[in-house]
Amino acid sequence: MQHGKYRFIAGFLVLPLAIYGIFVISPFVQAIYYSFTDWTGLSPDFAVTGFKNYQRLWHDEVFWKAVGHNVLLLLILPVVTLGLGLFFAFMLNVGGRRRKNAAVAGVRGSGFYKVVYFFPQVLSIAIVALLFQFGYNPNSGALNSLLRAVGLGSVHPEWLGDPRLALWCVMAVMVWSNVGFYVVLFSAGMSSIPKDFYEAALLDGANRLQTFFRITLPLLWDTVQTGWVYMGIMALDGFAVVQIMTVGPGGPDYSTEVLSFYLYTKAFRDGQAGYATTLGVALLIVTLLFAGIVMKLGRRERLEY
Amino acid sequence: MGTTPEFSRRDLIKRAAAAGLFAVPAMSALSACASGGGSDDNHVDKGKKSAKNPLAVNETAPLDVVIFNGGFGDQYAKDAEAEYKAAFPKAQVKHSATQDIQTELQPRFNGGAPPDLIDNSGAKQMDMGTLVGKQQLTDLNSLLDAPSFDDPAKKVRDTLRPGVVEMGKFEGDETWILYYAYTVYGVWYSRTNLQKLDAQYPETWDDMLKVCEAAKKKGIAGWTYAGKYPYYLPFSLYPFIAKIGGVEVLNRIDNLEPNAWKDPAVKAAFDAYYELYRKGYILQGTPGLTHIESQTAWNEGKALFIPNGSWVENESKKTTPKDFQMAVGAPSSLDKNDKMPFGTLWAAGGEPFIVPKNAKNPQGGMELLRVMLGKKSSQNFVQKVSSLTSFNGGTEGITLPPGLASSQEALAKAGKNVVNPRIQDWYVALQKEKIGVGALGEMMAGRLTPDEAITKIQRYADETAKDDSVKKYKHK
Repeated sequence: MQHGKYRFIAGFLVLPLAIYGIFVISPFVQAIYYSFTDWTGLSPDFAVTGFKNYQRLWHDEVFWKAVGHNVLLLLILPVVTLGLGLFFAFMLNVGGRRRKNAAVAGVRGSGFYKVVYFFPQVLSIAIVALLFQFGYNPNSGALNSLLRAVGLGSVHPEWLGDPRLALWCVMAVMVWSNVGFYVVLFSAGMSSIPKDFYEAALLDGANRLQTFFRITLPLLWDTVQTGWVYMGIMALDGFAVVQIMTVGPGGPDYSTEVLSFYLYTKAFRDGQAGYATTLGVALLIVTLLFAGIVMKLGRRERLEY
Repeated sequence: MGTTPEFSRRDLIKRAAAAGLFAVPAMSALSACASGGGSDDNHVDKGKKSAKNPLAVNETAPLDVVIFNGGFGDQYAKDAEAEYKAAFPKAQVKHSATQDIQTELQPRFNGGAPPDLIDNSGAKQMDMGTLVGKQQLTDLNSLLDAPSFDDPAKKVRDTLRPGVVEMGKFEGDETWILYYAYTVYGVWYSRTNLQKLDAQYPETWDDMLKVCEAAKKKGIAGWTYAGKYPYYLPFSLYPFIAKIGGVEVLNRIDNLEPNAWKDPAVKAAFDAYYELYRKGYILQGTPGLTHIESQTAWNEGKALFIPNGSWVENESKKTTPKDFQMAVGAPSSLDKNDKMPFGTLWAAGGEPFIVPKNAKNPQGGMELLRVMLGKKSSQNFVQKVSSLTSFNGGTEGITLPPGLASSQEALAKAGKNVVNPRIQDWYVALQKEKIGVGALGEMMAGRLTPDEAITKIQRYADETAKDDSVKKYKHK
């Protein structure tokens, strides 16, 4: 009987596991294998070259530059995006003036804002990047036109054309396009926090800042942590924005080069698919490290409510 | 799987070991995903050779054509296919046009079933060096030695513009690529806008600076360029270097010789261009402009000169004013000691057409190229997209748009002094992202001095020379 049960369960799992194996695991394994070859991506003939690609990676300046940029994005992007998301969500749900009948409420018009914040999420990232490219145009773009309108015409940054600013411009676009999603996500989380907690805190004379750090954030921690991982993955990608928007792309002078874009140029422009998969493996390692660190740091006792 | 039997077995075992969990039969199916497919001989039978059919095309075999759908569109190819169809009514012609050449065709190459003729062009073109190195292409010499479409007494080879056949060669005698369009690079300007300043195209660099100064006084910039893609700058800078120091300087650069960039001619040319920046003759904000944005600013008369290629006339059609009178100028003379005369010009083939080795119907692919290189198709191309073709002629009796007419004149004036730097098709990464974006763009934005730019480029060139993952070429 027992034996039959396991066979029954296994029978259900065979198909999904096989699909997962074929479409998820096997490409990973294949990629790792190809990273030890000199495959060009243009013909089916190639040879195993051992650790040559990895040695080359180690001495590749552009690779380290790209890693540096990805790490910078990884450090800044989640903090800024989630911080803004939390702030907006708090203002929309809890931050408003106290009204009759309700212990806590959002600022006036919060329902409208919620929709507005979500707009960028509806636009495809390609469109967002193109729109911002127009905005960053040093001559006719919105940003410099604005500067001229307020009398700062003498400051005319070249935005994407300036290696000191370019990466920040990319970051701004990524924050802008992602923040709305987290506002909505955190709003949903906040609305499930019982109002009594806020009432009790307010009766004890807590101010908004205290309610945020003592009640909202701890109770929202799980959601924030998930958001952190997601945002981290965004930061490790960044391909679309870099490819569409930046000088070169990836420039000026490699100032916006990121791993995913570098991988793409090696695989699809230079015909070095083998080396590109090596970059892919490096990216995989960075991603795993990041996820591990976040999970470790973020482990806290779960609060039941 | 790999091509040699002992390799594929090793291949299989390795993967099976790595994947551990998987059953072996599944693995062999999986390994076919990314790099499977052999190269069996799967050509269609040849047809009957005749005066009308010199390449012995199989009259009933289908033809599979993929055209890059970029600045030139794909109508010209469709028209040629109609001619092919008229000659071989029983043949099916499958036409497709795309901008994603690489992503669409790479799997077909890997699978051993590529199309019969490809226009391998655009930002997503497949790397030619790799295709040649991996023996994926058909030698086009049999096409070049076939009688031409219009005059059976003349070989196709003898109807082409100078330099076109050489560009299609890599190391041996085989011709792997046939460039169909013919591009003239240089300094592009509007005769109308220059006349407004009572100026002519400056034949010397001193005059160039004078014209720019006069323009600056009127609030017009001298130059603009595709700041986001600074590898447009070489279109006028490289022939300028050749003009100053002779064509050998460019050849040494192409050959990645040590200290090729330290040549005094390079320094002189860089200094001259840097002066445009120092004197404020570059349109403000140029380093942040795309090629389209810079061309539009130039069309609007905000800047006088722009380094570009002859496709600009078609590409900027919508923004060009009616009385613009577009024209191209050869690089101005720096001084009397220049090694080459004024008129020295960069002209080269564009739109590389290839016939894959594993194509089912390679004769058909070549025959279509033969049709396209006929007078009628060439003329059609010239009229439709205002660019010259590699077919030497085809412009008689038709009114050319101003830019194209000017290209034609410039070519006539250049005569033998046509240079053709190969670095942009031999070493794409070096030319575009390293020299272009990493150094020239930085110098023209004022963030590097000419000396720093030269040092940086020389270091990049040396790195490429040492990098054994990049295939090397040499001028003969």
